[in-house]
Amino acid sequence: MKIIEVLGPGCANCQRLEANAREAVAQAGVEAEIRHITDYVEIASRGVMSTPGLVIDGTVVSAGKIPTPWTIAAWLTEA
Amino acid sequence: MTAIAVHRIHLPLWLVVLAGSVLWLAAWFLALPASTWLAFDVLGLEPGTQLGEAVAFFLYDVPKVLLLLTGIVTLVSFLRSFVSPERVRRALAGRNAVAGTAAAAGFGIVTPFCSCSAVPLFIGFLEAGVPLGVTFAFLIASPMVNEVAIVLLWGLVGPQLTLAYMAAGLTVAIVAGLLIGRLGLERYVEDYVWKVPAGAVTIDEHITLEDRLREAWRSTRDIVGRVWPYVIVGIGIGAFIHGFVPTELVVQIGGPGNPLAVPALVALGIPLYSNAAGTIPVIEALLGKGLPVGSALAFMMAITALSLPEMVILRKVMKPRLLATFAGIVAAGIIAIGYLFNWLAA
Repeated sequence: MKIIEVLGPGCANCQRLEANAREAVAQAGVEAEIRHITDYVEIASRGVMSTPGLVIDGTVVSAGKIPTPWTIAAWLTEA
Repeated sequence: MTAIAVHRIHLPLWLVVLAGSVLWLAAWFLALPASTWLAFDVLGLEPGTQLGEAVAFFLYDVPKVLLLLTGIVTLVSFLRSFVSPERVRRALAGRNAVAGTAAAAGFGIVTPFCSCSAVPLFIGFLEAGVPLGVTFAFLIASPMVNEVAIVLLWGLVGPQLTLAYMAAGLTVAIVAGLLIGRLGLERYVEDYVWKVPAGAVTIDEHITLEDRLREAWRSTRDIVGRVWPYVIVGIGIGAFIHGFVPTELVVQIGGPGNPLAVPALVALGIPLYSNAAGTIPVIEALLGKGLPVGSALAFMMAITALSLPEMVILRKVMKPRLLATFAGIVAAGIIAIGYLFNWLAA
């Protein structure tokens, strides 16, 4: 069971990243829970300064970018 | 099995890049003859008439501006994937005031920034030990001296004004940053900001060249998709000014004879945020009609650096006093730049 967190105040790019993450989970066939974190303090305390950020199991894997579903799927399977 | 599902079939990368570049160049060189042909042959307008000149201005500027935007934003977005704010923060922490402020303003040009990132960025900088003044220098320079403004100014108005704009923008950012640092306003930052636990993070950049290019193209579509309506409206207004507004009127209202022109243009520029791409065609037309350089620079800087929506977002991390000081210093700096350039050009 993996925990995926999407960090972002709810802008269009954050929604797109969340959608990509969902697709990645389906592609990779892993079990995962996706959380959307919108609180600025929470985002900043992860060390992410450019939204949207993506966190897999507590590790920040990208910030300020929207990785494609297959890139995220690769991160999910290799980790 | 998963490998098949994860990988997509697509054309070789170099082929896509090459085809895109060739198409771009072809469109660039065809824009002027095509617009002249369309305005004067197809539409049958007379060169030299008011309507003819306005329509030709519009038909030439629209493809030119959209091509410049697409090309340069793609290039800059690609280069930007190598410079993240997280890296900038590491470079800025623990420098002395003057060097740090200047470096922050410089980084502001190349670093991605959108107003939805302003708050995490502000908290992230301060919490990593970047001084308040240095943080502000970055916050001011980043939206003001950006690639969209620079490229459009260069392409439409010329290199001289572009360099003046960059120099003026960096000066305002550095001076404002040093001043805010000197004033000791740390207590007017919202208290919770100082209590955010440190979360320094180093992201393993295990992304491929293709990922970078893909991301650059995605953010280009995003940016161009958002600004093109403003560009069209801006060029429409510019075309109208170019064809119909008499030079004497512009000189009379915005010229050196009117001492209030600069502050009035700054006040007008504040609500016009995110329309930098749409403003430059208007500036182009106004300059052609004799608007003094200082007034034009002040107008543009006010539009990009001072924006109401960004102020509302920044209120989350700053007490009103700090926000007002920041806006006041930047506005005063822009007005001073406007008068200085008007005086130099006179």
